[in-house]
Amino acid sequence: MSSQALLEFQALTFERDDWPLFSDLSGAIKVGEILQITGPNGCGKTTLLHILATIQPINVGTLRWKGSDISQCHQSYLADVAFIGHKPGLKLSLTPRENLQWLSKLQPLNRCTSAEALARIGLAGFEDVPCYTLSAGQLRRAALAVLCMTQARLWLLDEPLTALDVQGIADLETLLLAHVEQGGAVALSSHQALTNPAVRTLALDAMAEAEL
Amino acid sequence: MTTLSGAFFGVIHRDLSIAMRHRGDLLNPLFFFLIVVTLVPLGISPEPARLAAMAPGMIWISALLATLLALDNLFQADFADGSLVHLMLSPQPLWLLVLAKIIAHWLVTGLPVVLFSPLLGLMLSLPEAGFLPLLLGLTLGTAVFSLLGAVGAALTVALHKGSVLLSLLVMPLYVPVLIFGTSAVQRAVDGMSYGGVMAMLAAASAFTLLIAPFAAAGALKVGING
Repeated sequence: MSSQALLEFQALTFERDDWPLFSDLSGAIKVGEILQITGPNGCGKTTLLHILATIQPINVGTLRWKGSDISQCHQSYLADVAFIGHKPGLKLSLTPRENLQWLSKLQPLNRCTSAEALARIGLAGFEDVPCYTLSAGQLRRAALAVLCMTQARLWLLDEPLTALDVQGIADLETLLLAHVEQGGAVALSSHQALTNPAVRTLALDAMAEAEL
Repeated sequence: MTTLSGAFFGVIHRDLSIAMRHRGDLLNPLFFFLIVVTLVPLGISPEPARLAAMAPGMIWISALLATLLALDNLFQADFADGSLVHLMLSPQPLWLLVLAKIIAHWLVTGLPVVLFSPLLGLMLSLPEAGFLPLLLGLTLGTAVFSLLGAVGAALTVALHKGSVLLSLLVMPLYVPVLIFGTSAVQRAVDGMSYGGVMAMLAAASAFTLLIAPFAAAGALKVGING
C-alpha cells in the first residue's frame, strides 16, 4: 500500500508539436519530501507542473491522489493543492493585501491573516501599496506569502526562486522545510540547487536523453 | 473554508475594484459609444426626421461595437498575469466564477451604455415611444453580448492577437440580438406592439445566461493551454 505517496503519476507522456517533451514518466510525490524538477529550458518542467496541477489535461498516463484516480476526487484535490506559477498571479493595480484577500476567497487560506503572512515573508510595511510599485523580488515574495496562509498539503511551485535575493531564498527554504516536517509535500522546478537535505531530484533532461 | 457566495462576490468585488483603478479603460467603450453617436448628425445630416429614422440602428450598432471593444480584456489580463490559473484551481465551480467575471464585466461596460442610451436617443431625436424599448432592449442585449462574448474571449485567451478572431467568432452570434433589438425600437416608434420581439430578446438572454457560463468555463479549460 503506497500510503506515503500523496500524488502519483504513471506513464505520463506529453508531446508538443509532435515532439515528445517527456514520455513514460512515472513517479510519486511522497509525504515529507521536496521534489525538485530540474532540466534545461524547454524540457517540460512547467508542463509537468501544469499536468500535476491539472491545468494541462493529460494526454497519456494517469494521475492518482492519495491512491484514487484524480478525476474521482478532483474537487478535494484542488482544495488540497497550492500552485504558484512562474507568473506571480498578482493584480498589479491592487495591493498585496487585496490580492491575498481575493485569493483567500477562492482557496482555503486561513492559517494566518494576510498581514501576518506578508510580515513573515518580509513584506511588512508593503501591505497597502499597489503591487506595481513593488520590485520583481518583492512581487515574488507577495506571491509566496500564499504559502504561509494555505492549508494545502501539496505545494506545486514553478520557479519559486526567480528574482528572490539570498535572504528570500533562505526564508522560502525555511517555509518548505516547515511544511514537509508537518506532513506536507512540495514539488518545485528550479535551476538552483537547494541547500535542503530533504530534496529529491527528478531530472527531465536525463529522461529525454535516455529516450534518444 | 471558502464558500460559494464568498468566492462569487469576491471575484465581482475584485474585478470592480480593478476597473475603478483603471478608469481610462473603464471609460474607453463608453466614450466610443458617445463619440460614434454624436458624430452621426455631423457626418450624415442634422435633420431630425432623418436622424430619427436611423436612431435605433445607430445606437444599437455603436452599443454592440462598444461592448466588443472591451471584450478582449475579460480573461486576457488575468491570463497574462497568471491570476486566471488561481481562478481555475479554486475548488469552487469554475462556471460560477466565470459568471461573476461576466457580471462584473457587464457592470462596467454594458450598464454605462444602457444608462447613457436615453441621452443619445435624445441627441438623435428618437421619438418618445422608442425610449422604453431602447432601454429594455439594450439591458437584455448587452447582457447577451457580455455572456456570448465571454465564450469567445475564453476560447481565444491564450492566442496572441486573438482579438481579430474573437470579433469574427462572436459577431455572427450578435447579429440576431441586433436585429431584434433595433426592430423592437422601430416597432414602438411606428406605433406597433413590440412585446413579441422583446420576449425573443428576453428568451435569448435567459438562454445565454444558462448556457454561456458553462460554455465559457469549458472554453477556458481548452483555451488556457493554447
